Amino acid sequence: MDAVLDNLDVFLEGFTTTVGLTLLAAVGALILGTLIAAMRVSPVPPLRWLGTLYVQAVRNTPLTVVFTLVVFGLPEVDVIVSFYRFAVIALTLYTAAFVAEAVRSGINSVAAGQAEASRSVGMTFSQTLRLVVLPQAFANIVPPLASVFIALLKNTSIAYAFGVFEGTQAMNRLINDNGGDVIVIIAAAALCYLVLALLSAAAFNRLERLVRPA
Amino acid sequence: MRALRITTLAAAAALALAACGGGSDTAAPSASGSASPSAAAFADGSRMKELADAGKIIVGTKFDQPLFGLKGLDGQPEGFDIEIAKLIAKKLGIAEDDIEFVETVSANREPFLQQGKVDMVVATYTINDKRDEVVDFAGPYFEAGQDILVAKGNPKDIKGPDDLTGKKTCSVSGSTPASTIQTKYPQAELVLFDTYTKCRDALGNGQVDAVTTDNVILSGYVDQAPEKYELIGKPFTEEPYGIGIPEGQEEFCDFINETLAEAQESGDYGKAFESTAGEVIKDTPDLPTPPRGCDK
Repeated sequence: MDAVLDNLDVFLEGFTTTVGLTLLAAVGALILGTLIAAMRVSPVPPLRWLGTLYVQAVRNTPLTVVFTLVVFGLPEVDVIVSFYRFAVIALTLYTAAFVAEAVRSGINSVAAGQAEASRSVGMTFSQTLRLVVLPQAFANIVPPLASVFIALLKNTSIAYAFGVFEGTQAMNRLINDNGGDVIVIIAAAALCYLVLALLSAAAFNRLERLVRPA
Repeated sequence: MRALRITTLAAAAALALAACGGGSDTAAPSASGSASPSAAAFADGSRMKELADAGKIIVGTKFDQPLFGLKGLDGQPEGFDIEIAKLIAKKLGIAEDDIEFVETVSANREPFLQQGKVDMVVATYTINDKRDEVVDFAGPYFEAGQDILVAKGNPKDIKGPDDLTGKKTCSVSGSTPASTIQTKYPQAELVLFDTYTKCRDALGNGQVDAVTTDNVILSGYVDQAPEKYELIGKPFTEEPYGIGIPEGQEEFCDFINETLAEAQESGDYGKAFESTAGEVIKDTPDLPTPPRGCDK
């Protein structure tokens, strides 16, 4: 127990990075995922193909492989940034595929008459999407997005294996220094993830009530 | 006690399997044949007697450590740690085929010993006080030291740990070398991965400036690619590798120490080293003496 209480600062430092990774990758994935969803419903066939290819390729690849490709593949083409940024890139690319599918399901849930009406009053495809369809779509997909982002929070732990000092690496450091309290330290780390996940779930619940007044 | 029950069960299962399967006709005789004569040599109730009677021992080791414990494509772990485990098993009258090697990584060695999942751990296991509180150590059987690996030609001009200031220094998350850098050389910019091979690749890509861990591990990488990496060759810590056993088995600890001393005497220790780590590390060491003693 002391091993945890004496090292709260190590946990705090690690899990602050976990939160940072989650927030940056969530914003990145939301933007990239929405773009890909838009591609998948666009009237231009090559864009649709590209969007589908991205989702299928990335969603069906293990995250560790995506990380390895980003962290050790990008330097091969002379893209070298900090390991923290590499982690944000890998998590964004991976999570975007899941966000895209959630957004697409939201778009499909908006009655076709809405889009038809928008087009018939002269709106372009992008206006229709931005002003009419997406606002309604997002209101519908708060619960699935919550699941995607909670998965993202836990997925940040893969970054421990790729040079980022986050929650899991903090746990590992303490385990090595305190061989006698291994289980307590692991339980404490699990508790940190649990609390963070419950907090995000609570935030999404609130958001859900805000966007769906009914 | 639980460890004994598991070992006995496993041995019984192995015998039952051997009895059913036609292909393994060598396993059954060797298990019963080799265990009985030497089992008599140990005092009743001793840990050695238990193991010798069971005719089987479960050894925790690393599967990813070149030269010490590396599991190859054929599924057989090999290295200096493996040879040391075989020496001890042999002395117990347990055949090589009856040693079960289980992978232990840095983070699960103490729990595996405490829970009786393994009978002993030979896994580049540095003896230190924190660990000594929860498990017992026989040995040391080898004295390693933390060293630094850099790119060929040493472009950053790193001569020792003091030159790591502001340099990206790579090691493994949750390892003793990482801990040493954190506490003694905090001015180094530590980057941690889950395996040393990733550190090596990051060094090859120029993403980090140096890799630090025990010299024996780094020697393995220089051996694999001498045109890419070089070792500074000035160890700055002492890492005595011990054999971890569950707490309260003083007799077994003494037995291991005696076995090691005999192996040094007979030259088996040197042979074990030369056939494994000695392929890269040219100077065959003597067994570190005296052993640290098994009294708590």
